[in-house]
Order: sequence, then C-alpha cells, then structure tokens
Amino acid sequence: MNAEKVTKYILTFAAIIIVVIAGGMAFSLFGGAVPAFKEFGIKFIFSSEWNPTEGRESYGALPFIAGTLITSMLALIICFPLAFSTSLFLGEYFKGKKIAGILGTLVDLLAGIPSIVYGLWGFYVLKPLFVNIGINEHGLGIFTASLVLAIMIIPYATSLSNEIISMVPDELKEAAYSLGATRREVITTIVMPTASSGVIASYVLSLGRALGETMAVTMLIGNANIIPKGLFGMGNTMASVIANQFGEADGLKLSSLIAIGLLLFLITALVNFLGKLIMKRIY
Amino acid sequence: MKKIHLVIIAALLIMTACKQGQQKSGSADSKISITAAGATFPMPFYNQVFSNYQEKTGISITYGGIGSGGGIRSLTDKVVDFGATDAYLSDENLAEMPAEVVHIPTCIGAVVIAYNLPEVPELKLTTTLLEGIFMGKITKWNDAALEENNPGVNLPDKKITVVVRSDGSGTTYIFSDYMSKISEAWEQEVGRGKSLNWPVGMGAKGNPGVAGTIGQTEGSLGYIGSEYAFAQNISFAMLQNAAGNYIKPNAESISAAAKGDIPADTRVMLTNSIDPEAYPISGFTWIILYKEQNYNNRSKEQAMETVKLLEWLVSDEAQQVTKKIHYSPLPERAVVLAKNILSSVTYDGKALLSEK
Repeated sequence: MNAEKVTKYILTFAAIIIVVIAGGMAFSLFGGAVPAFKEFGIKFIFSSEWNPTEGRESYGALPFIAGTLITSMLALIICFPLAFSTSLFLGEYFKGKKIAGILGTLVDLLAGIPSIVYGLWGFYVLKPLFVNIGINEHGLGIFTASLVLAIMIIPYATSLSNEIISMVPDELKEAAYSLGATRREVITTIVMPTASSGVIASYVLSLGRALGETMAVTMLIGNANIIPKGLFGMGNTMASVIANQFGEADGLKLSSLIAIGLLLFLITALVNFLGKLIMKRIY
Repeated sequence: MKKIHLVIIAALLIMTACKQGQQKSGSADSKISITAAGATFPMPFYNQVFSNYQEKTGISITYGGIGSGGGIRSLTDKVVDFGATDAYLSDENLAEMPAEVVHIPTCIGAVVIAYNLPEVPELKLTTTLLEGIFMGKITKWNDAALEENNPGVNLPDKKITVVVRSDGSGTTYIFSDYMSKISEAWEQEVGRGKSLNWPVGMGAKGNPGVAGTIGQTEGSLGYIGSEYAFAQNISFAMLQNAAGNYIKPNAESISAAAKGDIPADTRVMLTNSIDPEAYPISGFTWIILYKEQNYNNRSKEQAMETVKLLEWLVSDEAQQVTKKIHYSPLPERAVVLAKNILSSVTYDGKALLSEK
C-alpha cells in the first residue's frame, strides 16, 4: 500500500467515526426518551408541571423549553447591538488596521473563557450589583442569565459576521465611492444588502450556541421549575435542569430528562441547520 | 496522530504505575482500596473518619459525594463497595435491588433552617410559620405572624427569598418528611421525596450550593445539613418541636431525637420526635451494602475489609468524631443493631465477622 492510499483510509475511517458518534447519540437519546413519551405522549411538551414526588410523578418540559427560548432570544437581542457594531468596526471601518487586530484578539479571548468563569462572575459581581440597583431581592433570574449569556455569545456573533462583512468585494464599494457615496451610505446601501443573509446566519448560529449553554445559566437563573413570570422572574432551562437533576434521577424521571435532552438536541440541530441554509443561499 | 496516541497511552501507564507504587509504600497490604458513593449530607463526617481510618490501617477509601440517589444507583450497578443514603430504601425499593441490601446507620445529622439577615442573630420559628414560608403564604420578613413570634427582633421590610435544592437529595427527603408530619396542607399538596414540586423558591445544587446562595443573598432562607451552616457561619433558626419547646440544633438536641424506639433493620425517620429536648428535623444517615458480599468477582479480602471498616465506623472511636463536626453519635441501641446487622453480612453464605 502506498502512502496516498493509507492517508485516504485513515481519513475515511475518521469521517465514519463522526457519523457513528452522531448517529449513536441520536439513537440512545431516542431510546432513553421512549418511556417518557409513552407515559405522557405529546403532553410532555405542553405540560408545565414538573413533579418528581414519588406517587405523584408527572413531567412536562414546557417550563424548560420556555426558559431556554426566552433566555436565548433575550441574549441574542442584547448581544446584537454590541456584536453588530463591533463587527462593522473590525470588518469595515478599521479593516486591516492595528487597532482592529487588537480588538479582534480581545473578542476571541472572550470566546476562550470557560463557561463556569462567566457563571462565577455573574454570581459574585452581577448579582450583588442587581440587588443594589433593586432589580429584585436576590439578583438572580431570567435577566441575569440572559445578560451573561449575551456576553458569552458576542464573540461568536462578532467573528462570524466580521468575516462576512470583510468578504464584501472591494469593487462594489469602490464603485459606490466613485459615485460620491459617503462611508455610512456605503455601509447601508452596499455592505449591508450584500452581507445581510450571512450576518443573519451568524446570529442564528450564535443562538444555537446560547440554547445549549449550561453551567453559567444554572448558576444564575434561579432553577425554579416554572414558566418564568416576567423578565426578572426565575426559571430554568433545558440544559440546566438536566445538569441539576440527572444525578438522582431514575426510572421515569431519568427518561423525562433524556427526553428533554432529545428535544434540546432537535431544537439546536434545527437552528444550526437554519443558519447553514441561510448562509448557503448567498454564495 | 498515531504517535501522539502512543505517547498519551504511555503517559497514562506510567501515571498508574506510579500511583500503585505510592499505595504500596503506604502499607503492606494496601492493595485493597474501598470505593463508596452517595449522600452529601454526611460527607464532612465521612471525609474525616475515612481519612482517620486510612491513616490507621493504610486502606485507601474513596468516597464520592454524588447524592443519596446516586449512591443507591451505584450500589444497584455494583460499581461501589457500599453506598450512602439519607433516605432509607422503602420495601418497594428493596425489592427492586438485584440482591438483598442491608442498612447500617452511621450517625445522626440535623437539617437546619438557615437564613441571612445580618441584623437578626436569633430567629424562632413555629411549625405554622415554617409551613407558611415554604408554601408561599408568608412572603415578607416583617409579616405580622413572624413579628408576633419574635418580639423585640427587628425584622426588615424585605421579601423572603426561599432557597431549595435543585437536585434530588436526602436532605430534601428529611426536610419534606418533617414538613409532611407537621402540615396537612404540605402532605396533600407537596408530599415527601428526594426532589419535590416546590410551591416557592429558587434552586441551588447540593448542600454547598444552597449554603453559598444563602450566604450571598440577604433576606434568603433555606434548609441545609447542619455542618454546612456551621462551617460557613450562617445563622439558623430555633425550631419549635413537638413538645412546644424552641430548640437549637446541637449534639445533645440531635441525639435526643433518637431516644425513641428503633426497629431491628434501623429503617426509621427521626423527624418530629416527641422528646421535649429533641431538635425536630434530625435523621439517621445510612450506609447500604449487599448482604451477600460475593458478587462481581469481589475477593473475600475486599469484602472483609469493607465490613471491618463499617464495624469501626459504628465503634466508639469513630462515633466520637461526630461531635467535633456537628453531627451526633448513634445511640447505644442503634450501635447494637448496626453490629447485629453487620454480623449477618456474608461471603459465600458464611458470616464474615465471625471468621475475623
């Protein structure tokens, strides 16, 4: 066998392993979730009762689905103005300049901070601050979690959309300048329309990341298994209820947690697929 | 890539070899290492006594604080030598286990109602107040009922932030067992269990998590294993017991809770004791193991060391440690019962302790 063939076999083997892992994961999630769906049916998704007390067991995923979607969407809304202006700054105004390089590195640095550190920062810095401002009496809840989540996804949204904005052909921009357009006009009439779907896709992909975030959210959301009562109320997310409860869970409860995992897997896959689809459409 | 893998494997092999070498130098027969997992509630006690035992005998013991449910599951899966739980296995649970399981009580602990109000050094709670707070009927610290019960105490105009366990827990079981005994409404609407459908409150993970959240949040209140409140200097309330006295949790009041009758298999809840000196939210914590120790190709030596460790755990020497870290020693009757149960543990059908 020659080296070419060996390389090819190794690569094929590695690629197949990825397929096997992804397939195996989906398979075992499905298998584990079956008892919960058998017991509760479609009601599992729409019921807001999470009662693990023996003899009265009833599990519904709605509070967690709501918590996950609300915190992730809120994080996206909070992150948008910051991430969008930073990516314009990096990709258009100061493209290739030294300051853009430094700022870009800092943004990447944010992405490298472990989730637990964000959680600690939120718990020991943001929480007391919110209590002092008087947002609520304990400083935890949906808003605190969303704010930290927003900071966590800024680097993803920024670097993805920065890349897309940088890819807008110079010829187009130069043509606009030669017609007398100002910089702002170039951005609104040339850069944005050209890059828009890519930029949107980068936010959709960031949303996918926010959905699955566990540790920092668990520390800040209050872990109350209810549908959040307002922006400053407490709640729980799909990822954090699993992290909190799997250790003691067995039987129907374990199956319900796995079912939540499956739903999260599906939602995240759907969001990522959507992001990729929008991105594909432009090129 | 292949080379990197080889390097990693080689490194791992060297590391394990070193580790074994270290263990060997510790003592002559230190090949035996005992693995256990379970409740976090007695963990401070276990950490202390297991390290004492390790110094004494050279047998290494690993205890994983993964929660009572986790302890039971680890024993079911036969991945530990013994499990630990704060809620005893019901008859139904016992029937579901792959083989006969016995309970050994190891100490008595208390669940305290911890709170964070820097200006309130002492707080007295009745059963009605406790029910009101945990069922969301009393929401403010300066509620008339609370003020009436604590004359002379300056209770702030603040919301009560109730903190509960977000994970399943034996501590929750003891607490909810007590609540079910004192409040009919609680029993009807919430019930007892290792995790519950809480009417109010925010959740935090593990005893350390709840203690940390209370410590960080002014105006909060929650239930934790007593040692966690002592260690972090968190204030806790005096509770009115069944006899009507306000009792502080300490070694005496906790052990007073175990003065009543104890069944032969020691499966009993000590909450809401009728003893006038007893702290009402007290409970045994148990170690659970298989009655027949020959399973999963365990060696007889391994089984023997496990039983010897447990025998030492209920001995006077180990029990004295409980007081130092705010648990309470087992009453004499419980020690006798524990030894009886241990002597019924067998290997290949023969009692282990009689062969010692």
